[in-house]
Amino acid sequence: MDNQTSVYDIMDVCLLAGKIMLQSGAETYRVEDTMMRMATALGIGQTHSYVTPTVILFSIEETGAAKTKLIRISERTTDLKKVAMVNSVSRKISSGDTGLLEAWTELKEIEAAKLTYSFMYQLAAAAVASGCFTIMFKGSWVDFLPSVAAGGGGFLCAVYFHRLVPVKFFSEFLASTIIGLLSFAFITLGLGQELDKIIIGSVMPLVPGLLITNAVRDLMAGHLVSGISKGAEAFLTAFAIGSGIAVVLSLL
Amino acid sequence: MVYISQLVTSFVASAAFGIMFNAPKESLVKCGISGMLGWMVYFILEYNGYGTILATLAASFLIAVISQVMAKHYKTPIIIFSVAGIIPLVPGGLSYDAMRHFVEKDYIGTVTLAAKASMISGALAVGLVFSEVLNLVIRRSGKAPK
Repeated sequence: MDNQTSVYDIMDVCLLAGKIMLQSGAETYRVEDTMMRMATALGIGQTHSYVTPTVILFSIEETGAAKTKLIRISERTTDLKKVAMVNSVSRKISSGDTGLLEAWTELKEIEAAKLTYSFMYQLAAAAVASGCFTIMFKGSWVDFLPSVAAGGGGFLCAVYFHRLVPVKFFSEFLASTIIGLLSFAFITLGLGQELDKIIIGSVMPLVPGLLITNAVRDLMAGHLVSGISKGAEAFLTAFAIGSGIAVVLSLL
Repeated sequence: MVYISQLVTSFVASAAFGIMFNAPKESLVKCGISGMLGWMVYFILEYNGYGTILATLAASFLIAVISQVMAKHYKTPIIIFSVAGIIPLVPGGLSYDAMRHFVEKDYIGTVTLAAKASMISGALAVGLVFSEVLNLVIRRSGKAPK
């Protein structure tokens, strides 16, 4: 293998790892760190990377011209398992247990794999979490079941509308509107006691907690652009949820 | 009795968030534990009248420290443990109240509540940052003798 191809191969492996991580909801600084470590372990000393939530730029400095590649990221989800798996691949490369080729095949497998819990599990988790949050925010146990139903319904709508219309803001807005309507229906039917507690609990699965934590961590690590754009995304989501609820409240 | 129901619900809620974020199966219980401990600190402080801001600060600091210890020990990214714990501390209730006052055209109430909510978000961020700094300091001081 001549030198030219092998450098590009290393770049491809690093970029693939970075792409999977960024798409699965890892922090920006972790993506950069992982790509740099992998490149160093594979024998390239000088690398530069620039990662934002939508793009990865990766450049290798070598004798001769620097080689640079760019990858566009359009779809982002939350899949912490993939982050952990890519992380362990990068650890293996750093310790020298895995070569370039095995790493490539392993990463390709991770990228293609569907590791998510089944939708029913996620729905159940969202529903149960909503109920628990109602209790945590000092609601009474009478309101537990109504918030399980409202939270589950809201999550279902958020996922369903997102499939229908791929605009995140819109699906969250609709979902929180439906949570508000459901909660109000439960109160009028006499199934629940406090409207506020039911709504707050049910809305929690939609709250952009991951984005907020990542935004703070990115800002602290000096990734100002990523931190601010993630913060903006979190703010938009919060605004969508808030206005959805506001619509219902103003109807009452 | 209050404490027990809080203990159970915060554990379940944090673990459920682990499922929604697709955390690996073996780390779900750990997510639950970090979320539960953080929430208990928050709840005990808040219940005994120390104010929500101090309570949020202490809880987010504790969660970040626990997550860092776990991340180091299990060699997994820290984000898996910290996210589920942080979510209950997000001032959702206050923001909701602020929105409610806004809809009722009580603008002064809205601003008061919104200011409170942003103070709490700030406390949350500062707690996370504190532990990050602590971690850096420990790592530095650990490296120095070598």
